[in-house]
Amino acid sequence: MKIEGKRALWKDYQKAIADDHYFYVRSCVRQTFFPGAEKAFIEIMKNRLGKDLYEEPIHTTCTGIAYHSDIVPLETTMTVVARQFALMTETGYENLAVSCVTSFGVYSEVLETWHHFPETEEKTREMLWKATRREFKKPANVAHASDIIYKFRDQIAAQAVYPLINRETGKPLRVVEHIGCHYAKMFPHKGVGGAEYPYVLVGMIESWGGEVVDYPERRHCCGFGFRQYLIQANRGYTFSNTKKKFDSMAPYKPDMIITNCPGCPLFLDRGQYAIAELEGITYGENGYGIPVLTFEEVAGLVLGYDPWDLGLQFHQVAVEPLLDKMGIPYDPAMKYAGPGGKFIGSPELPETLKC
Amino acid sequence: MENLYERLQKDVRFVEGLKACINCGTCTAICPAAAFYNYDPRKIAMMVQRKDEQELEELLKSDTIWYCGECMSCKTRCPRGNTPGLIIAALRGLSQDMGYFIESEKGRQQLAIKRTVGDWSVNYGYCLYLEGVGTDLHPEQGPVWDWIQKNWNEVYKRIGANYQGDGPGALRKIPEDTLNEIKRIFDVTGATERFEKVEKLSAKKAAELKMDIGEGRTSEYFLHVYNTNNNKHYRS
Repeated sequence: MKIEGKRALWKDYQKAIADDHYFYVRSCVRQTFFPGAEKAFIEIMKNRLGKDLYEEPIHTTCTGIAYHSDIVPLETTMTVVARQFALMTETGYENLAVSCVTSFGVYSEVLETWHHFPETEEKTREMLWKATRREFKKPANVAHASDIIYKFRDQIAAQAVYPLINRETGKPLRVVEHIGCHYAKMFPHKGVGGAEYPYVLVGMIESWGGEVVDYPERRHCCGFGFRQYLIQANRGYTFSNTKKKFDSMAPYKPDMIITNCPGCPLFLDRGQYAIAELEGITYGENGYGIPVLTFEEVAGLVLGYDPWDLGLQFHQVAVEPLLDKMGIPYDPAMKYAGPGGKFIGSPELPETLKC
Repeated sequence: MENLYERLQKDVRFVEGLKACINCGTCTAICPAAAFYNYDPRKIAMMVQRKDEQELEELLKSDTIWYCGECMSCKTRCPRGNTPGLIIAALRGLSQDMGYFIESEKGRQQLAIKRTVGDWSVNYGYCLYLEGVGTDLHPEQGPVWDWIQKNWNEVYKRIGANYQGDGPGALRKIPEDTLNEIKRIFDVTGATERFEKVEKLSAKKAAELKMDIGEGRTSEYFLHVYNTNNNKHYRS
């Protein structure tokens, strides 16, 4: 194929990502399980990249998990999303920056629904007015937070303190990238690189010195499945699918996994604990797991932030093997410390998974 | 009175999800639910396409419609632009509207979904509630999460979160007037009605089974639907 032809094809999978002035909406899952990741994102955006990013305290859940576990109707989700847009309009912003991939999918689905079924937008405006007396403009730009870090990946690389390189061998770290299903599988044109060859995390890995690992189940879901994880009786679905991914990637011996969805790192991290304790199988070296990090956490490590300030102690799979490879110094005694270094105990150790 | 197919056609997700299925099975090949359950999204698309009312009613009362994980992998791969995952979302909505969800083991789990992510969304403004996702209901979360749960006040402070605090920040308290707005949205858009229907029909089922429906996440019937698995859902 001629290079012009390739470029023409690739153009279909480029997306516009706003350059500045973002209205940031948080993720319920990321706030709860990886609060340090959102903190790092805001810190990097404001202090490393000099961007304007605003968080409106009265924004809420988009209802994404309730919607995809089918307990709230589409009309409810559309109206809650419309309220978030109203808050953005009222504060003078027009570029939405979304922390959650489920939310990003919800915002995309709502906007596409309004586009193809204009009567649903009209009805939503009526419902929002009736319930809240608010009005809204649709966003000029909707980007997932990983799109934004992707956009500025080379600026981050220019400030890198610890690139994705094994300090001992000098070789690139071998990195698995896992994209949340709702980032681009529903609307491929809304993701960088589309659904089959998403480039959003690959771009970061390459820019920061790592090597991307390809493996057969690369596009398989992490296993969340909404109601399949939420209900204990269904949770075999989640960890069977998680295991399918790990069985597929393990022979390629990745040093780490990087994710853009807040849920995926949770299931890939806790899944390794569950599989180790239930089946006696571990996927990392010497009985450890494969560290699973969010893209914000990886950016933070590359930029030289302290691992415990980034909240890496929230992970069940130990991150120390990765920190050692990258040559990042850390104080083991501070890992589970409270505010001001106060001792507040530490977690029990699993029986099988080495931590 | 509208029949079931006519009601499905009123859901934009059904209109968008079903164009013309050619029965190729690509969706089934890519489907994580089909890898785990005795489930075949191809058959779902074919079945709704047949418009057989009796067959539709049986489907709406079955476990089958509750197996999908809504990952939407089927959307990417279908060569005819169908989305079985969207068809499923429409079927699940109708199953609850008709009260049919109560007829299947997996459908009855909607009570537990309502009392967790449903209630948390409207009561707290988050679809997850930190103190509701402990290792009692989520043992797979493991010892680090257990430690965080036992020390959340200091752990979240250490990381700079604003748990239940005023103003912006991770896990901030959503103010009362905002929660009132969310409640009114739920009231005017049908979520409250769905919640009430799920509670009412679950109470009826609990009475049939001589179980306590109670409130919250510790009642006998909640734990029954949350934990029950007849193990007949898988490929043999």
